[in-house]
Amino acid sequence: MSQVDVNIHVHHLTRVEGHGDIVVDVKNGEIKTCRFEVVEAPRFFEAFVRGRPYSELSHITSRICGICSVGHSTASLEATEKALGVQLTEQARLLRKLIFHGEIIDSHVLHTYYLVAPDFFGAHSVIPLVETHRDVVLRALRVKKLAGDLCAMVGGRHTHPCAMTVGGFTHTPTEKELRAMQARLIEARADMDETVALFATLPWPAFERETEYVSLSKPDEYAFIGGQIKTTDGFIYPIEDYQKVTNEWCVPFSTAKWTRHNRESYMVGALARFNNNYEQLHPRAKEAAARLGMKPLVTNPFLNSAAQVIEMVHSVEDSIRIIDELLTRGVKAEAPAPHQVKACEGVGSCDVPRGILFHHYVYDDNGICVRANCIIPTNQNWANVNADLQAFLPQILDRPQDEIRHLLEMLVRAYDPCISCSTHFLNVTFV
Amino acid sequence: MAKPKVAFFDFACCEGCQLTVVDSLQDHVELLDAVEIVNFREAISRQDDDYLIAFVEGSITRPQDEERLKRIRQQAAIVVALGACAHTAGVNALKNLHPLEDVRRWVYGDKAEWYDTYAARPISAVVPVDFAIPGCPIDRDEFIEVVKALLVGKKPPIPDYPVCVECKLRGNVCMFHIGKTCLGPVTRAGCKAICPTHGDGCEGCRGPIPHPNENAMKDVLAEAGLTVEAILSRFTMFNAYRESEVVE
Repeated sequence: MSQVDVNIHVHHLTRVEGHGDIVVDVKNGEIKTCRFEVVEAPRFFEAFVRGRPYSELSHITSRICGICSVGHSTASLEATEKALGVQLTEQARLLRKLIFHGEIIDSHVLHTYYLVAPDFFGAHSVIPLVETHRDVVLRALRVKKLAGDLCAMVGGRHTHPCAMTVGGFTHTPTEKELRAMQARLIEARADMDETVALFATLPWPAFERETEYVSLSKPDEYAFIGGQIKTTDGFIYPIEDYQKVTNEWCVPFSTAKWTRHNRESYMVGALARFNNNYEQLHPRAKEAAARLGMKPLVTNPFLNSAAQVIEMVHSVEDSIRIIDELLTRGVKAEAPAPHQVKACEGVGSCDVPRGILFHHYVYDDNGICVRANCIIPTNQNWANVNADLQAFLPQILDRPQDEIRHLLEMLVRAYDPCISCSTHFLNVTFV
Repeated sequence: MAKPKVAFFDFACCEGCQLTVVDSLQDHVELLDAVEIVNFREAISRQDDDYLIAFVEGSITRPQDEERLKRIRQQAAIVVALGACAHTAGVNALKNLHPLEDVRRWVYGDKAEWYDTYAARPISAVVPVDFAIPGCPIDRDEFIEVVKALLVGKKPPIPDYPVCVECKLRGNVCMFHIGKTCLGPVTRAGCKAICPTHGDGCEGCRGPIPHPNENAMKDVLAEAGLTVEAILSRFTMFNAYRESEVVE
């Protein structure tokens, strides 16, 4: 394979959220350039939330991302509520978890079925699969609708949930709605089974590269909201120390910043959560993992999509359990928890579909935001994506150029990058 | 008859409106039989430069975006602004309230000169726009109605009355009566008053109605013990860029 020349410029990689390019230049078998460039327009959220009242922050920052707007709302509210010292009621806490599961299912079904699966069916999108694999598409649509409806039931709307507010919610679902939703979730178990069966047959590209896996972790549950930061290299940090993990820097070919911790790069997302918190998965999710042939430590980044399938199973099961708990306690309309405005600071974190997310705010005496920092999962993955590209390319250099391009696209896509999210970074040192 | 070719493009935005398009197809798979989608980077790999209708999501925030948008305008017979960022510049225009250099340095520090940016603007500030689907995000039913209208050559049915009309139809208690602030009296309807229905006052994401009754709004505010100044912050949330009316 030695004397090969490869020149690839994938302008605006498709089936990902946002704009990014893959650039590869190989001369005489020697790799000159191989990297992913983020070309998305920067949006400057951290700069323009300054001067806004605390009550608006979650509704503004949810607009960072259309896919994980529940995740941004949750991290934002966690930060503000910690800063103000707001205690949520048990019901509000359960509803936050429930809507979060809805978004995990929604985002994962979007990525695995709509964005990743077409690669394995030789299709350019999910649309031609309507003809060739109708049952698969109908199942994806059904699960997607279920997840969207679950989010809307709790938050009023899935994309940019209007009912999520400081101290809880401005709207409460009824017991009747919860019961109907639970029945649909129970029905969805069959779709989850079929999903696991489908993804167990996919020929994932063979590629191993161990890295540091970073996620949230909690003693009592598979962590999505709050807890501590945990890494597979043996580090544990309180959420407030997030900057010890995310050490950020600028690179000239990317409007998104990069991060590194114990190694040159680290990975966040479903695979990182799976590797750190496998033991806390629901038994049905562990069963799914066994059918997919996965047990920690999994070091093939393509299997991030398979880890998402496992998490979908977990989130369906945990949603069923949470609704049980809500119904047993009895659901009542509650006003958001009361709070007093004061000068304060808080860091909120949750592990959104694409990985660990941090929001950090400082407020003045009047509850006006004076500083903000949002650290997005996709940013934390960029350095690792590039390290993977550079390790993977030499292993496939003997393939035709089209196949190389396709495999590199699949590798970037496996990370489920959310590029519009990743271009709102901030370089602030908090003292 | 050949199916009309439809394309989707985006600039600075969260892509939530395109995701809403994807979601709206859950209940309207028949639309896929009526049109041919030739460009939708978020969902499909095919990219074709021959299309009749272009839906554009996102605001224009840097000089190099203008050229891309002008090429889209040149190609498409109909350009539709998809959602608040394209229609009113949405939350992106909040950065226009700060000095630009300050914003750039705040985010990228001493590397600020690496990244181009200018004041966020709606797409209508750069090219003529035929129609706009307002909202952050767009309403999925309204999107379907607009597509149907465009396919039969009619003007899309975007309401020009305020959110209050829809809110009353839904039987909601007025937000001002429960101590909340609401821009419903001056904001364009079409969202089915989704925020007040879920206990949250309107944030104005669909932009103002063509001739808002400012005096009535002031009366409502006065009755609630509020002033225009007191709710100005809320009014800038989605409407910091002012010359944004494209649907008349």
